[in-house]
Amino acid sequence: MAVSLDLLMNAVISGLLLGGFYAAVSIGVAISFGMLDIVNIAHPAFILLGSYIAFIGNTVFGIDPILAAVIMLPAFYLLGMAAYQVYYVAFERRDDQSLRGLSFFFGALFIGEVALVLIFGVDYRTVQASYIGPSLDLGLFALPLRLLVPFLVSMVMAVGLQLFLSRTFVGRAVQAVAQDQQALRLMAANPTRIKRIAFGLSIATASLAGACLIIYQPVEPSIGREYIGRIFAICVLGGLGSLPGMVIAAMTLGIAESLTSTFFGPSWAPAVAFGILLVTLAVRPSGILGR
Amino acid sequence: MTALLQVAGLGKRFGGFVALDAIDLDVQQGERLGLIGPNGSGKSTLVNCVCGTLRNESGSVHFADEALDGLSAHQRTRRGLARSFQLPRPFASLSLAENVRIPLLYTVKARDRGALAGAAIDARCLDVLGQVGLAGKAERLPRDLTQIEMRKLELARAMAAEPKLLIADEAMAGLSHGEVDEIIALLIRLNERGVTVIMIEHIMRAVMEFSQRLAVLVAGRKIADGPPKDVVRDPEVVRAYLGE
Amino acid sequence: MPFTLVLIAVAAAIFAFGRWLDNSYAFVVGYIVVQYMVLGTAWNILGGYTGYVNFGVTAFFAIGAYSTVALHKLVPTLPLPVMIVVGGVLAGLVGLGTGYLTLRLRGVFFSIATLALAVVVQTLITNWDFVGGARGAYVLRPRMAPLIGGEYMQYLFLLMLGLGVIVLATARAIERSALGYGFAAIRDDEGAAEASGVPTLKLKLIATTLSGGFMGMAGAPLPFQVTYLDPASGFSLNYAVNAIAMPLIGGTGSWLGPVVGAVLVGGLQEYLRVTISSAVNVLVAGVLMVTFVIAAPQGIVGLFQRKR
Repeated sequence: MAVSLDLLMNAVISGLLLGGFYAAVSIGVAISFGMLDIVNIAHPAFILLGSYIAFIGNTVFGIDPILAAVIMLPAFYLLGMAAYQVYYVAFERRDDQSLRGLSFFFGALFIGEVALVLIFGVDYRTVQASYIGPSLDLGLFALPLRLLVPFLVSMVMAVGLQLFLSRTFVGRAVQAVAQDQQALRLMAANPTRIKRIAFGLSIATASLAGACLIIYQPVEPSIGREYIGRIFAICVLGGLGSLPGMVIAAMTLGIAESLTSTFFGPSWAPAVAFGILLVTLAVRPSGILGR
Repeated sequence: MTALLQVAGLGKRFGGFVALDAIDLDVQQGERLGLIGPNGSGKSTLVNCVCGTLRNESGSVHFADEALDGLSAHQRTRRGLARSFQLPRPFASLSLAENVRIPLLYTVKARDRGALAGAAIDARCLDVLGQVGLAGKAERLPRDLTQIEMRKLELARAMAAEPKLLIADEAMAGLSHGEVDEIIALLIRLNERGVTVIMIEHIMRAVMEFSQRLAVLVAGRKIADGPPKDVVRDPEVVRAYLGE
Repeated sequence: MPFTLVLIAVAAAIFAFGRWLDNSYAFVVGYIVVQYMVLGTAWNILGGYTGYVNFGVTAFFAIGAYSTVALHKLVPTLPLPVMIVVGGVLAGLVGLGTGYLTLRLRGVFFSIATLALAVVVQTLITNWDFVGGARGAYVLRPRMAPLIGGEYMQYLFLLMLGLGVIVLATARAIERSALGYGFAAIRDDEGAAEASGVPTLKLKLIATTLSGGFMGMAGAPLPFQVTYLDPASGFSLNYAVNAIAMPLIGGTGSWLGPVVGAVLVGGLQEYLRVTISSAVNVLVAGVLMVTFVIAAPQGIVGLFQRKR
């Protein structure tokens, strides 16, 4: 198997773009798990919900999927706040073992998947948009727009959230709530309210991530499970609590998967995330930029 | 004769923050040592490093002439080092008798290799609970206990491991005058049976009554170590902790 | 010992009853319910007793199933009980390995690792042509049951009953032993357990190995029951959800919980599948699990055990 430089370069470039997309998918968990310490393994279910809503918006109303997602942002935000409220009342307030909280989210993931199957069936769904199909030709390599657009959306989300977290009072409170709830109370901010806002934001990102997903690939209910390993591998590798770390980790995973796909075949790609996760946990559990 | 516990040059950092700075501390067999200092001075961190809950970056800990570095917490407990937690951490789903059964099964029984069995274990559990006055509540759950009873359970669990050295980490915080007396008496009884005791406390009355020697930790460094009467008059100690 | 004898007697009675009924459908349902009972009890040893949530049930279950497929191709005359043992050993080893890599960290990371483990094992097996890969594998079911005669399905049910006896006896034995107390201490407060002398890592590895091994054993007869096994069905999320939901619904504190959960939920699922639809029956376990986890964390058995 001759390794042509051309092939290698293309794999790396599409890996980077893929990584950008993976960042969009993981950013919600970077908030809920990385900062709030809530293991929301049902996040892929919310993302798929976003995908299917974008699908409906696109096929029924003819709107661009990204636009559909943006319109739905407030709804997802409210959904996230409601979900956190349930979680808080049922588990966090009772200071219960994490066993039950985890099972709750696992159950939610499962119910979400089955509900989607019941409503939409198991067929693959796609969207139509002007940028799905063509590529940006930059001479040496071509950037498929269906990868580039999610990449750009993802970067906007990441930068926007990072600014929010570092420049606004609520944002800084979110960063603080992970580390010291008592100090937060003394600052006259209610930790529960802050966490609720943060979780709402986390689920809101799922709306845009869902649109990105269905632009990138055709969607059916069970693909959520493939993404759990990727998402948590990225968050752990990047270091919990660090958004920039998460982005770097997403790029790393994207490139690793792209290279594996190119040289060993695409059916091995899902295993890459687990390998990275295991190695990270065994060698440096705090991740690249973790606290 | 070498000290039972020898802490030499112990250092611990959390990121950029130096929690412990080259601590030297010796504790003789049978001694009653008091350890005091302001909040955040590193007392609990020191206990955690000695007992193996945390790993120290520098320095060493020797217990009964054996180096403890690299040993996990349960291995150190099995060698005779026991501690109670500042905030009681009972096994919530187990009864009081079962709570003290755990250290009996996993420390004493493990040490003696099967000398204890069946009914003897049950009897020993009740006995330990009796020493702290909780024998009557042996079948109850920790959530049914009062504050002081929780502290006593915490101490009972440490005692059940039949330690050579017991570290009582702020076992009396928030207790009433009479309750403090109860705990002091308990620890002195323990000491009379040959157990070396380190008492970490903020309640100066208890510390002065109990300690044969007093050590003071401020901002991660030991600033005084000697007879209690002398230490409390040490100007640096007064300035840093005791006040006028 | 008496408990094990009672279990054997009950199992024998159930089997005799089944033979008397002479209804193939009853044997299939019975097999499925007991299979879930084994899966649930196995999960509970690590989950309910020790407090570590394993989401990768499908990985261990499928290792058992696919080791049977592979062994059957290599040595067609190998008796099924042997294959069950092999499946259990392999799955146990994987459990040990996963545990060794991840149990030194917080329980949450272990759970996440098990999730990813399921995907990886599925990927590996889907790419392994020897066992059929993505296309699936066919396993011919023998016409006659060895030893007992009659339909082969009855033999499968008997084996699963035997497995059920072993797993339940083990679970109960653990509960009353020093090992069980150690598990409970880890579950309630791992740091305090460690300070009390409990070798937490060693015990967690024991729990993970036992749990994974039993799950593998539960999966080993599967190829003969379904006769066609492909990754999509072998790795169906249903197994994971049921294995977790049934102990959570029945009660995680004792050996009885998973039994109650398997009988009630398994029975309910079968009823719904026959009366309403296949898709709805699958939803039931998930919905019940979430409801119980929120409203009745002690499970059905816990509801009856009012005093401690």
